[in-house]
Amino acid sequence: MSHDSALHFDLALDLPQLSIQAAATLPPRGVTALFGPSGAGKTTLLRMIAGLESGGRGQIRLGDTTWQDTHTTRRLPTHRRELAYVFQEASLFTHLTVRDNLAFGLKRARSTDHTIRFDDAVAWLGVGHLLDRRPERLSGGERQRVAIARALLAQPRLLLMDEPLSAVDADGRDAILDTLEQLPGRLGIPIIYVSHSIEEIARLADHLVLLSAGRVLAAGPTNEILTRCDLPLAHGAHAGAVLQARVVAHHPDEHLSRLAFDGGQLLLSTLDRSVDSAVRLRIAARDVAIALSEPADSSVINHLQAIIVDLADDPNPAHCLVRLQVGEAVLLARITQHSRRRLALKPGMAVWALVKGVAVR
Amino acid sequence: MNALLSPADIDAIWLTLKLAFTVTILLLLLGTPLAWWLAHSRARWRGAINALVALPLILPPTVLGFYLLVAMGPNGPLGRLTAEVGLGALPFTFAGLVIGSLIYSLPFVVQPIRDAFIAIGPRPLEVAATLGARPIDAFFSVVLPLARPGFLTATVLGFAHTVGEFGVVLMIGGNIPNETRVVAIQIYDHVEALEYTQAHWLAGGLLAFSFIVLLALHTLNDRQAKR
Repeated sequence: MSHDSALHFDLALDLPQLSIQAAATLPPRGVTALFGPSGAGKTTLLRMIAGLESGGRGQIRLGDTTWQDTHTTRRLPTHRRELAYVFQEASLFTHLTVRDNLAFGLKRARSTDHTIRFDDAVAWLGVGHLLDRRPERLSGGERQRVAIARALLAQPRLLLMDEPLSAVDADGRDAILDTLEQLPGRLGIPIIYVSHSIEEIARLADHLVLLSAGRVLAAGPTNEILTRCDLPLAHGAHAGAVLQARVVAHHPDEHLSRLAFDGGQLLLSTLDRSVDSAVRLRIAARDVAIALSEPADSSVINHLQAIIVDLADDPNPAHCLVRLQVGEAVLLARITQHSRRRLALKPGMAVWALVKGVAVR
Repeated sequence: MNALLSPADIDAIWLTLKLAFTVTILLLLLGTPLAWWLAHSRARWRGAINALVALPLILPPTVLGFYLLVAMGPNGPLGRLTAEVGLGALPFTFAGLVIGSLIYSLPFVVQPIRDAFIAIGPRPLEVAATLGARPIDAFFSVVLPLARPGFLTATVLGFAHTVGEFGVVLMIGGNIPNETRVVAIQIYDHVEALEYTQAHWLAGGLLAFSFIVLLALHTLNDRQAKR
């Protein structure tokens, strides 16, 4: 069997309130987020990929396995597609204990080489102490942990997750996000994650498919899509860039940690991570300022040399957006139109990006 | 005082139980697919079938019995069919009584099961499919256990209702010992003959039976809900 698990789909469906017309090829590994406002068709598209939505047409291929083909009317029923699906709300079988819920998928696993073992899934999701309980005696977060473990035990070649954290309270959400971050490294299968939370996407997604009114607006690496000035994401209140960084050194005397990314280095207050560990950073557009020369008398400690790639107006008439190339990385800065005129900023200019705040994920 | 129940009374009780068991088992087997269809079909004539299933709830048993008698008679469609396949006439036989009871008790079995299927909704089936369960597997491993309270209600109501039927039996079954003379008919006979003591024993027994059945149903359902 081929180990190439790139998902390709080209699907169309007409519903009374929505018409889907979406095509994309997703990378064979890592998390691809389906992102868009509510009503954009994210869930419907996910259900079509799973074969749960009737009436759609088009093609779905996972690696060299065809799940659906318009021309040959070949259409595999859901139970024969090697996928697993985590639903938005708790979907555990209420007549079974947690253990039996987990065993349900394992017993029916479509692949015989059980690469994900029962004990592993239980340990990864931290549900070992819940095995003999019934679903109604679990919290929302515990239920979703069990649902995710159950999905993994079905030994899927594609994992679909439909806003799995929307019914989980804030604390539980954070803990599950920590767990989900570990999954791609453990699984080696593509994961499609539907969400309308930019925060979840900034933490999890390697790849982004932006949906709007049933159509694919853009698709590509997360940071590229997040920072493109022609797309709505760069204009939201939470606009910003996501950087993949690595811990280089700790400076205990200063209570600072030094991190390296594709475009330079950053100093952050001490991180509880070992040297060389990978860290995902989020830098909000409003936390980046621009100077024409490196300021010697500023309290901001992170100064990065950058080239202006693009300038765009913001919905707020006082502001504008600046897309900055910093080495191989891209940052987004939101500054005032006033400063833009005063500094005469133009694409191609070499400037300094002053980073006032960095969120660590 | 002689024995509380005469041999004829005991025969009537056995016949009634035999009828109720037969009818309940047949209704569970036939009613489950029908209930599934009613719960999931989007056919336009689903409403009509739903109404047809509910009809015995409001129709006077004598009306139902009358039409059944006509249908089973030598010139009725059912009667011709049974004559053709060599089964003979159905009226005034146990088989005829079973068919009449199947129709009479149909809504009491189909409706609770249908409502249980509707309450379960499509989600557990979708979950089962994404976990690799084929539809028939999902039905037995997920839908049936989840619909258990509905099946319990259907079984008890179907059984008890068949035990208590009178009008339809009188119309199509008559009053033949060990063939069609069920407890309800036997009580009627006792009253006609002014044998009030005998009637009391049978009627009181039926009353107690019905009460115990309903009590058991509620207890079982409560326990299920609490688990």
